Amino acid sequence: MKQLTPVAFDTRMEQRDVIVTRLDAAIDWIRKSSCWPQPMGLACCAIELMASGAARFDIARFGAEVMRFSPRQSDVMIVAGTCTYKMAGITRRIWEQMPSPKWCIAMGACASSGGMYRSYAVVQGVDNFLPVDVYISGCPPRPEALLEGFITLQKKIMASKQFGNLWSPDPAPVDERLLKGPIVIRGE
Amino acid sequence: MPDLRDMAWIDSAARAQAAADPSAERMVINMGPQHPSTHGVLRIVLELDGEEVINVWPDIGYLHRGDEKIAENMTYTQFIPYTDRLDYLAPLANNVAYALAVEKLLGVDVPRRCKYIRVICCELARISSHLLGIGCYAMDVGATTVFFYAMRQRELVHDLCETLSGARFTTAYTRIGGLMNDLPPEFLPLLQTFLKGLPATVAEIDGLLTRNRIFVDRTKNIGVLSAADAIDLGLTGPNLRASGVEFDLRKAHPYSAYEEFDFEVPVGTVGDCYDRYLVRMEEIRQSIRILHQAVERLPDGPWHVDDPKIFLPRKEKVLTKMEELIHQFMIVTEGLNAPPGEIYFSAENPKGELGFLIISRGGGVPHRLKIRGPSFVNLQALPKLCIGHMVSDMTAILGSLDFVMGECDR
Repeated sequence: MKQLTPVAFDTRMEQRDVIVTRLDAAIDWIRKSSCWPQPMGLACCAIELMASGAARFDIARFGAEVMRFSPRQSDVMIVAGTCTYKMAGITRRIWEQMPSPKWCIAMGACASSGGMYRSYAVVQGVDNFLPVDVYISGCPPRPEALLEGFITLQKKIMASKQFGNLWSPDPAPVDERLLKGPIVIRGE
Repeated sequence: MPDLRDMAWIDSAARAQAAADPSAERMVINMGPQHPSTHGVLRIVLELDGEEVINVWPDIGYLHRGDEKIAENMTYTQFIPYTDRLDYLAPLANNVAYALAVEKLLGVDVPRRCKYIRVICCELARISSHLLGIGCYAMDVGATTVFFYAMRQRELVHDLCETLSGARFTTAYTRIGGLMNDLPPEFLPLLQTFLKGLPATVAEIDGLLTRNRIFVDRTKNIGVLSAADAIDLGLTGPNLRASGVEFDLRKAHPYSAYEEFDFEVPVGTVGDCYDRYLVRMEEIRQSIRILHQAVERLPDGPWHVDDPKIFLPRKEKVLTKMEELIHQFMIVTEGLNAPPGEIYFSAENPKGELGFLIISRGGGVPHRLKIRGPSFVNLQALPKLCIGHMVSDMTAILGSLDFVMGECDR
């Protein structure tokens, strides 16, 4: 029996020449390391989203600097800002144009719950029409909070065993705690 | 004007045109509300003849959050955080404009130190807004580097805001009759460091863009607006001044001690996209001048009005004195006791004239609060600017107008 050294999540290296891993783990690792965001910049949070993309916070460290304005090229939708009823249908339409597997981050109080805009025009949280994976509080959240939310999403992707979903339309249930209930990041 | 929400209209218009124009040179296309160069959620329906834009219908309201209605349901002080989110590129300037409007209704005048701090706030907001405006504008026409240079300096403005108010972005720094607190002791040295570094960045942006062949080709003589047209359309701010009209509320109707500062109002000559860029660059330089003067001459003394019926009394007094406790209770529960009346106040914000019309029937809550957002008015020029240009010039024109949908849709 040759000795296997663990090198990364679910991955072992055999005598420095062969890497043994599960296909699931490899694909999830690839997916989480190059999540291309769809920046759904609706309001103020979009400016903090831009700040996250700029030099000081540099979201490129997490492989998510390629902001794709075409939904067909993106993996994670970051809903940044107040979603009004007029915009809700369009947001949903863009979400549906994104290819699977896809994830959704509700950035800020407005996207998470309507926030301070309890008015006739504002949808009280984008989870009314989108399956949100990570909620980030704050009005707007600091870029650090967005990054933490993104790291949490990466953990969720690693735990999701998405590869199984290619063959069955229903996502396979996973026993990881990460997948139970929403994840909330304190952003302020 | 057709109903733009009616997608069937666009389909039928497209079909009718396809019948009349078999080679399909004419078409109706949709731009936005999710498009990188619309800087938010603006939707524009374009009618094209080949690559030439022959008709433009802007469709707004995708960020209508009901700010004006919300204002009717809360006290004057409670509305301050909502002003942050009007023009969310310059929250400090909005705070100042709103506080000044309510103070005009109340008929109070703030101490000189407060006025100077407010000038510092306004000019910081102008610098931060123009930096982002120019950065995004340059990115839209293909010069991505400028965005990173601009954002680096903008982060320093965010640091200053954080020192000032505790929040990076949405500051809510002013109060009716004063400020949230006095300048913290570490603020002025930080501001001076920032002012020392900023001219270098402005020079760098200048070097990257002003004589850049691609940038000049894409912006010169694109989207020309004559002075007469700009006045007719009600434009304000840098967009009006780029058309050659020397109108700046800081000079025309000085407020908050602006008459004591020495600065110039840059104006353009042609009124094209390039002039709008040049005017913004020069405004940053003038803001640096104003900030230097404000730091030098910052007066000592009180930083809020000495009237416990308007400005919250200090906490130690509230806890020890009966009268202050009552004042605090009244301000917090019922709001300031504003007289009945109707006032309009406008301030020169980075984007233009931000005005507040307050109709009061007395008491702590406005009966009606109308917000005149400069972006809303500036967007009216869009059809005039775009028609006759190529479809790729749309991004340059939109970037040069530098609007914010938050205050356009409110």
